[in-house]
Amino acid sequence: MNSFWAVFKRELKSYFTTPLAYVFLVIFLFFSGYLTFKEGFYEMRQADMSAFFMNLPLLFVFMVPSTAMRLWAEERKVGSIELLFTLPITVTQAVLGKFFAAWLFLVIALALTFPMVITVCYLGEPDIGLIITGYLGSILMAGGFLAIGCFFSAVSKNQVISFVLSVVTCAVLVFAGMPTTLSYVSTFLPAGLVSAIENMSFQTHFESIQRGVLKFEDLSYFILLIIGWIAACSIVLDERKAR
Amino acid sequence: MIKVKELRRSFGPIVAVDGISFSVEKGQVLGLLGPNGAGKSTAMRMLACFLRPDSGTATICGYDILQNPIEVRRTIGYLAENAPAYNEMTVGSFLNFVCDARQIKGKKRKQALDRIVPMCSIDSVYHQTIETLSKGYKRRVGLAQALIHDPDVLILDEPTDGLDPNQKHGVRKLINKMAKDKCIIISTHILEEVEAVCSRTIIIAKGRILVDSTPGQLKEKYQCSLDAVFRRITRNGK
Repeated sequence: MNSFWAVFKRELKSYFTTPLAYVFLVIFLFFSGYLTFKEGFYEMRQADMSAFFMNLPLLFVFMVPSTAMRLWAEERKVGSIELLFTLPITVTQAVLGKFFAAWLFLVIALALTFPMVITVCYLGEPDIGLIITGYLGSILMAGGFLAIGCFFSAVSKNQVISFVLSVVTCAVLVFAGMPTTLSYVSTFLPAGLVSAIENMSFQTHFESIQRGVLKFEDLSYFILLIIGWIAACSIVLDERKAR
Repeated sequence: MIKVKELRRSFGPIVAVDGISFSVEKGQVLGLLGPNGAGKSTAMRMLACFLRPDSGTATICGYDILQNPIEVRRTIGYLAENAPAYNEMTVGSFLNFVCDARQIKGKKRKQALDRIVPMCSIDSVYHQTIETLSKGYKRRVGLAQALIHDPDVLILDEPTDGLDPNQKHGVRKLINKMAKDKCIIISTHILEEVEAVCSRTIIIAKGRILVDSTPGQLKEKYQCSLDAVFRRITRNGK
């Protein structure tokens, strides 16, 4: 457990000792605000944050892999992975340490969107429960994307390759649940398969949580997804760490 | 303290280490000699539990590298080739991270840092980020990292590579000072280093042990400098 904390602490600190964190935060906060107002936040005439949450999956598709791509790719490229795995640290501890540090970083980024909450509260009387579940859904979604990014970061030494692979995977998982995709797919696939595709998508489960209903199936979707990709990451890393 | 049994590892069609066996006792400094690509680093990486051997095993201080890799890593100090480190960290925070990972806390950590920083002469760069350091300083930070928990077994992959003559002398002096109560393996292709620090030398080429002897005996047997011995042995090996 101590080794987990060592990796976690180092990783989280490294975000803020390099310009990475600040570049990421500025761009993320700018676009999350910009997209919200562009998509008709005022025109809706409703004091809620649906316009904000609606755009998050799309923003996350690019932003989360950009934080995740360096996690292992850089470590392998620089060779510091040899240092890490000759210290008394297991692969699982290291993978979890890095994953949770990156996740906490994304949670910090989300927390910094608080002016949005203040704006909505100032303009009207929003449903606070809905905002909380919206953030919870966003955090879980960020974790899911991050786990995917973490896996692809372990697959390739090249950060660009791992970025592209994780963006594509995340995008597929988001767009699979979009109404346009589903209506197209339903023209030639049986209903059972269409609903299977729908249930595999981030979008479906994220929207469901956003509506304010915490369903077991949505929570377990995200948790299983995270565990699955993280486990795959550990296995791949154990295999390829020395190559 | 170190017992290596039939260690073998290949990368695709290339056999890097081809069934080597040897043992090293406390108080010995073993020099692993060999031309580039002989399998020195691969062998050391397996001992440090970074690489898994294809077959064979080794025990370090009674712990098996396959069954107890974490215990092995806890007991050894390992300096990898090129002394990898986290470049964006300062030397101080890097050493603190290693202490975190090795669970050296509180008073013990302060003692360890107070001992290791002057020992490796890195006081002057303690607050500098590692990426701004020269090669020699980087290697000394790597050495500090390997020695911080005062391990009984040291595995150093080319510890003096990239150092200037003064620093080389310093590191050799350090190794000699530690030699009597530790078990040390160093790899090198600098032959004068073998004469300066090693009590025993193993020459490997193409993953096999060609000679296991002492520098003195080698010179006596072949009646020439270590340089010439090395050339003669490794060329015949090919």
